[in-house]
Amino acid sequence: MPFVTPRTLQKDYDVIVVGSGAGGGQTAYTLAMEGVKVLMLEAGRNYDIAAETPMFQTYADAPLRGAGTPDKPFGFYDATIDGGWAVPGEPYTRASKEDGRQFEWWRARMLGGRTNHWGRIALRNGPYDFKPHSRDGLGFDWPIGYEDLAPYYDKVEMLIGVYGSNEGLENTPDSPDGCLLPPPAARVGERLVQQRGATLGVPVVPIHRAVLTRPLDHKTIPAKLHPGNERAQRIIAQDMQARAACFWATPCSRGCSIRATYQSTAVHLPPALASGALDIVCNAMAYEVVTDKAGKATGVRFVDKTNGQHELVTGRVVVLAASACESVRILLNSKSAQFLHGVANSSGKLGRYVMDTVGSDLGGQIPLLENLPPHNEDGAGGSHLYAPWWLYQQQAKGQMNFARGYHIELGTGRRMPSMGTAAELEWLNGGTYGRQLKADARRYYGSFAYFSGRGEMIPNEQSYCEIDPAVKDKWGIPVLRFHWQWSDHETRQAAHMQKTFAEIIEAMGGKVQGKAELDGRKAIAAGGSIIHEVGGAIMGSDPQRSVTNAFCQTWDVKNLFITDGAPFASNADKNPTLTIMALAWRAADHIVERLRRKEL
Amino acid sequence: MTMQRRESLQWMLAAATLPAWSPTGAAVPKPRPTGYGTDPNLVKTYRAGELWPLSFSERQRRCAEVLCAVIIPADEHSPSAAELQVHQFIDEWVSAPYPDHVKDKALIVQGLAWMDAEAGRRFRKPFAETSAEQQHAVCDDICSVAAKTSPRFARPARFFARFRDLTAGGFYTSPQGMKDLGFVGNTPSETFDGPPAEVLKIVGIRPV
Repeated sequence: MPFVTPRTLQKDYDVIVVGSGAGGGQTAYTLAMEGVKVLMLEAGRNYDIAAETPMFQTYADAPLRGAGTPDKPFGFYDATIDGGWAVPGEPYTRASKEDGRQFEWWRARMLGGRTNHWGRIALRNGPYDFKPHSRDGLGFDWPIGYEDLAPYYDKVEMLIGVYGSNEGLENTPDSPDGCLLPPPAARVGERLVQQRGATLGVPVVPIHRAVLTRPLDHKTIPAKLHPGNERAQRIIAQDMQARAACFWATPCSRGCSIRATYQSTAVHLPPALASGALDIVCNAMAYEVVTDKAGKATGVRFVDKTNGQHELVTGRVVVLAASACESVRILLNSKSAQFLHGVANSSGKLGRYVMDTVGSDLGGQIPLLENLPPHNEDGAGGSHLYAPWWLYQQQAKGQMNFARGYHIELGTGRRMPSMGTAAELEWLNGGTYGRQLKADARRYYGSFAYFSGRGEMIPNEQSYCEIDPAVKDKWGIPVLRFHWQWSDHETRQAAHMQKTFAEIIEAMGGKVQGKAELDGRKAIAAGGSIIHEVGGAIMGSDPQRSVTNAFCQTWDVKNLFITDGAPFASNADKNPTLTIMALAWRAADHIVERLRRKEL
Repeated sequence: MTMQRRESLQWMLAAATLPAWSPTGAAVPKPRPTGYGTDPNLVKTYRAGELWPLSFSERQRRCAEVLCAVIIPADEHSPSAAELQVHQFIDEWVSAPYPDHVKDKALIVQGLAWMDAEAGRRFRKPFAETSAEQQHAVCDDICSVAAKTSPRFARPARFFARFRDLTAGGFYTSPQGMKDLGFVGNTPSETFDGPPAEVLKIVGIRPV
C-alpha cells in the first residue's frame, strides 16, 4: 500500500522523509532500495504524470492561449500545481520594501515538487566550487571536496539519465565513461552562437540535461548503482525499461508522460514504491520536528490538508527535504524548552546564508536566421548548448571586478508559436498590420536568440530568512520573512552578463532588443526569482558556524538530516538540482550504514 | 495644456461618444468570475466562454472582428484572423478576471469605442461598416511606433499595438497560424538530426 492516509499509516517506519522532490525523492529512493522502511510526507496532492501531462496540446487548446496568469505564472501548461510565486493561503513576507532587497519564493504543492517543471539542466559542481573561500577568501568552504561527491554524481547521472559531453574545461568536470548519454545535435541558432561566441573567446559546448536521448542501459547500470544488492538491481533494471527515450517533441517544463526526463515522479518514486519499502502520504503539510528529552528526533507533526487534522508520525530518523527554505521554516518552528530557537539551531545559523543564482537576461534578433526553410527544432525540449564560465584565469589574475562566474543558457529556435511569437515586433518593423504584418511574422519567426546568465552568489549576512512574528498561514503555521541584499560581486557580474550578451548578439550580426543594462543593480533579477535558492542550514566542519556536518546531518540532533538545498555552503553557477541529488544519495548511504550499525 | 493631458482628454471625449447601449455606459452588476485556479485540468481542450463569460457587446464584437481581419487578412498562406474567430479569443482575453486582463479590457473597450467614434467622425458610420480603404485610413494613423508619441493618436496607438499583439497571439497559436509560420514541430520522431545541411549553408555554418 504505497499511497497511504494518516489512517492507514504503519507504526514502525525507519525514516520519515519530508518532501518528494529532488532531495526527498533521491533520499527515499536510496533508502527504500536498501530495504529501509520510509514514510514520505508531501504537502501537495498526488500527481499522475501519465494521465495529467499535456504532451501534444497546442496553445489553442488552453485558456488564454496558454499565457501566464497569477494562477499559472509560467503559463497554463507549466507542470506546477497549487504553486507559483504565491501559494493561496500560504504567504511569506519580506523585511524590506526597497528595490534590490526583494526575495521571491516559488513553491509547488504536488508530488515531485518543482522537479516536475524544472529546466532539466544537470551540471556538476567543479572542484573550485567546494572550496571557494580557500580560493578567494569569500564565503565558505564546504567540508567535502569534489572527490567526495564525484562517485555520487556518477550514480545520479546513470540513474536519472543526463545528456552531455566531456569537454575538459576548467572547473567543469568530465564524467567517467558510461555516465552521460549522447548530446542532441545543436540547433542552427545555437550553432551560430557557438561560431560567433568563439570569436569572443566564449566556449559554447553541449549542455548537460536530464533527458534520455537513448534508453538507459538497463543491463549494466543497475549493478553500478546498487553493487551487491540484487533485488535493487532487478527493480531498477525493470523500471529503466519502462522509461522511454525522448521522442523529440513537447517542452520538458510540461512534465513528461513517457518518463523521458528526470522528475522525481518519473524516476525516483516509481522504483522506490516498487521496492515495497516506501509509503507516501500526500496533502501532509509538515510543520514540526518532534524531539524527546534526550534531544533526539522522534517524529514529525503535520496537518492533513484533506481534513485539517493535526497528525504525528514517528520514525527512527527524520530527513527534511521540503526545499531549502521550507525545511528551515519547519526547524525554526520546532521550538521546545530544549530548543528555544528551533531544532538544530544552537549555532544561530539556521535560516542564514540563503543564496539564489545571479540572473540576468538579454535577447536579440538575428537577420542571418530570418526566413530559414521550415525545419523541426523541438529537439530535447530545452537547450542543447550552453557556455560554461570561461574567465577563471582572468579572475585569478585579478583582472575582473567581481569574484565567481556564470554560465550562459541559450534560447533559440522555431519553437511552438505562443502568444509572444509575433507580438511586439514594432522595434523591428516600426508597427505594421495587414499583409505586411503576416510577412513580417514569417520573416522574424525563429530569428531570435535569448541569453540567460546564471551566476554564483556569495553568501552574506544580510540574506536570510526567519519566522515572521505576526503572520501565519491558513493552517496556523508561522510563515517565513525574507531579508535580502546583493553584494557588488553579484551586481557587477550581472552587468558583465549584459555586456557580454550584447557583444555576442552583435557578433552574430544581430540587434539587441532594448539595450544592455550596464547598471548591475538594475540588470540583476530579484532574489529567489531564478528558483535556485539554497542555503539556510549550511554544512561545515565547525558546529558553531554551520547547521549540518558533511553528511547533511544536523550537529545538534544526530538522527535529523536535511537533504534539499539547505546544506549548500556555496551556490556555484551550476544549477543546484544534480548536486542536491548527489548529496542526498550520499547522506542516505550514510543513514543506511548508521542504521545497520544501530547508531541511529 | 500638456500633451498627455490633451491626449487623455481626447481619449475621454471619444469614450463619451459611446452609444448608450455600450456596457461601459450601463454596468450591470454580476458576480465576479474567478480564474481557472491553481490546479486546472491541463489535458482538456477549453473553449472561449467556458471558464468565464464573454463580455463584448454586439457592437464591440463586430468592431473587433473587422479589426482582426484588417490586422491579419487572408492571403495565399492562411485565412484571416476573423475567419479563425480570433475576435472571440480577444473577448475571452479581456473578459478574464486576472489583473492584467482587466487592464487590457479597459484599453480594448475604450479603443474599440474610439475606432467607432473616429469612423463616425470621418465617415459617418461605425468602423465595422466602413470600406477597406476607410479602415486603412484610420489604422494607418495609429499603427506605427511614431503614432504612440503623436498628441492626437497616442492612446489609440497604444490600443492598436495591444490589439495587434492579441490578434497575432490568437492567430499564430491556431493550427493555420502555426502552419503559416512554418512551424513543423510538436510531432514525435525517433531521431533528432539537427538542422538540414541547406539551413546550415544559408547561415554559413559547416555541417558537423
